[in-house]
Amino acid sequence: MYHKFDAVVVGGGGAGLMAALQLSGKVRVAVLSKLYPTRSHTGTAQGGIGAALGNLEEDHWEWHMFDTVKGSDYLADQDAVEIMCRESIDTVYELEHMGLPFSRTEDGRIAQRFFGGHTRDYGKEPVHRSCYAADRTGHMILQTLYQQCIKNEVVFFNEYRVLDLVLVDGVCQGVVALQEATGEIHTFHAKAVIFATGGYGRVYKVTSNALTFTGDGVAIAYRRGIPFEDPEFFQFHPTGIYKMGILITEGARGEGGVLRNRNGERFMERYAPTLLDLAPRDMVSRAIYTEIREGRGIDGRDFVHLDLTHLSPDLLESRLPDIMDFVRTYLGIEPSREPIPIQPTAHYAMGGIPTDVDGRVVVDERGTPMPGFYAAGECACVSVHGANRLGTNSLVDIIVFGRRAGRDAVRYVKEADLLPLPHGVEDPARDEVERLLGADGEEKVAAIRAELQEQMDINVSVMRDAVKLTTMQRRLSELRDRYQRIGLQDRGRVHNSDLTEAIELGNLLEIADAMVAGALAREESRGAHYREDFPKRDDARFLAHTLVRKSEGGVTIGYKPVSITRFQPQERKY
Amino acid sequence: MWGGAGRRHSRRIATMHVALKILRYDPEKGVKPHFVDYVAEVEPTDRVLDALNYVKWHLDGSLTYRRSCAHGICGSDAMRINGRNRLACKVLVKDVRQPITVEPLLGFRVIKDLLVDMDHFFELYASIKPYLITHSPEPEKERLQSIEERERFDDTTKCILCAACTGSCPPFWGNPQFVGPAALVNAHRFIFDSRDEGAAERLEILSQRDGVWRCRTVFNCTEACPRGIKVTLAIEQIKRAILYNKV
Repeated sequence: MYHKFDAVVVGGGGAGLMAALQLSGKVRVAVLSKLYPTRSHTGTAQGGIGAALGNLEEDHWEWHMFDTVKGSDYLADQDAVEIMCRESIDTVYELEHMGLPFSRTEDGRIAQRFFGGHTRDYGKEPVHRSCYAADRTGHMILQTLYQQCIKNEVVFFNEYRVLDLVLVDGVCQGVVALQEATGEIHTFHAKAVIFATGGYGRVYKVTSNALTFTGDGVAIAYRRGIPFEDPEFFQFHPTGIYKMGILITEGARGEGGVLRNRNGERFMERYAPTLLDLAPRDMVSRAIYTEIREGRGIDGRDFVHLDLTHLSPDLLESRLPDIMDFVRTYLGIEPSREPIPIQPTAHYAMGGIPTDVDGRVVVDERGTPMPGFYAAGECACVSVHGANRLGTNSLVDIIVFGRRAGRDAVRYVKEADLLPLPHGVEDPARDEVERLLGADGEEKVAAIRAELQEQMDINVSVMRDAVKLTTMQRRLSELRDRYQRIGLQDRGRVHNSDLTEAIELGNLLEIADAMVAGALAREESRGAHYREDFPKRDDARFLAHTLVRKSEGGVTIGYKPVSITRFQPQERKY
Repeated sequence: MWGGAGRRHSRRIATMHVALKILRYDPEKGVKPHFVDYVAEVEPTDRVLDALNYVKWHLDGSLTYRRSCAHGICGSDAMRINGRNRLACKVLVKDVRQPITVEPLLGFRVIKDLLVDMDHFFELYASIKPYLITHSPEPEKERLQSIEERERFDDTTKCILCAACTGSCPPFWGNPQFVGPAALVNAHRFIFDSRDEGAAERLEILSQRDGVWRCRTVFNCTEACPRGIKVTLAIEQIKRAILYNKV
């Protein structure tokens, strides 16, 4: 089936809905989501959105910018970080005006709390910067934006799964999608396409990410020749519930929670004497890993404790109600009396589809935009997070750059022409769906996926080295071969999730391949990418963004320079 | 994920078998809905969702249900578990009687297995104008709201639109045009928000034939809510707001 719009947004999370709100009422826009929009992963964000409102104490966007740049281990593009930290203030007010129910201060203003790596006066001590709605900030953002979309009568195509990008002579002209309810292939012909498809944490086994976080948009763009920027930088959040990976917000430490090893020691004192438990996530995750490796995990096992028992039960219930609920539900323990077993959990992709500060996808080392193609949110790499994202900045990113992408797309579709579509643009997607529906090999999607996730946990985790990474390359090559021999059990057209899980596995394999290639090539340690065989940061060789491209029989690696404006790279201490 | 000491010391938790009875339906096969028995291998700390995943990934790839975040926030996997509407990701297998009976939500058209048509549910939600309505000009910064004012509607901001409440509501089963508890919860969220100026138009909608008066105070919704929202209380507050013309 054929549809024509001015702009199509792919993904119904925070970035996608924010973009759609800019476009709605001005041009014909549709949002395609493989879920219902309110199921999107933005809803699981807990602790807050960072903005230097200064509601509780002095704060400045320049401080926020410095923290973000330092947190990124100087890999973030500073022109983009400056825009983000300036505009975050205005966008938080915009969210409040839309109705977002923030928690409040005594004088009725938006409440703010401490968060990892956010400091006053360029690193002196923690600052109240994270604007929050209890521990449900992402939920409130997602609901509020969806509500605004209802108000603005945005057109949604729910449970439409995008499979391919339509490119005509290097110009983006729409997408091809599978309608899950019918199995029908649809072509959406549009002048502008905005990918807001989220991350790919499901490449790992222990992850905070939704089962649906499978890197679809990044993989689709990558297959179409668009580079994958900084794939080796993947954040492990220090506090996931042991084995389950369910996130416990950094806000728990922002409210006073501390990490302890088997001896009851507050071990962050040894790793980050100034910020302690509120050091950036890469450092805290490495510290936990080191404690465990040196035998100081609880009972010598592979987890440590997050201790909230010294905090008042009233504070826990009012500031962290969902965390209390998760711990009681999934661990059966009472967090006000017992410490919580935690381990780092795969959490956030710093890398993704390369874009400029207006969300335009850029396709080479010189920053040349591809006309009509935008990306925003976790699937995109602007790059504002560099080698390690600070807590709260993912929500800042989706709101600021979702808005900027949407606004630029309005401008673009008013100027650009809709080009005629060549025949058969949907053929590659249709052929792949038919191939999978007919697949009757002996391999199982679930088995390949489980092995991919286990091997990624072992080989491409907090600590990496060349041996592990080359092992993973071999494993991936075997897994890709096995993927060619899968068999499906469901041959139906209606809501065939056997089929869609197979499609998602194909995307995850693509993503993992680029992650490993980027990680192997980067012979240094920076932010979340820690190479035990190259433990130092190497600015001479690697103060640059990786661009991995898919090529005949493998990948090619390029690099592009980092934008450095206000803050020269320094050694990173907290 | 751990090398070194942690890995050597990690213990394997014994798995257990759980019996499931799942209501299956495939619209392309022309067979009426019917129960099929399965045995899943899970850990005691696993969720019912993990047991469904086990069935799908190891026994029958055609089993169909929605799921996403797997920890009770996205609202995808509301279904009837042993006769009660629950989120499959928020019920541990060790806490429910076996065989675990799993059925789709009542009151919605079943499309395939446990997956129901949610479009009507979201239309009902949209019908109550679930967005902040204001006429006064926006201040430069945030609108002020006291902690007490914020607290008045805190409970109903927790709604994740999973439909567990609406799918448990006898008046809704009898009349699918009734807006249902989920839409009422979200109406409450705005009616009692001190910043909102749309209470009158919302209460007008809710006082119509298929509005709040269809509620018979059965309390199923409150019991079903996986977020612990006091749904019936919220609905009573709406009724009182209409009766006394006062928010």
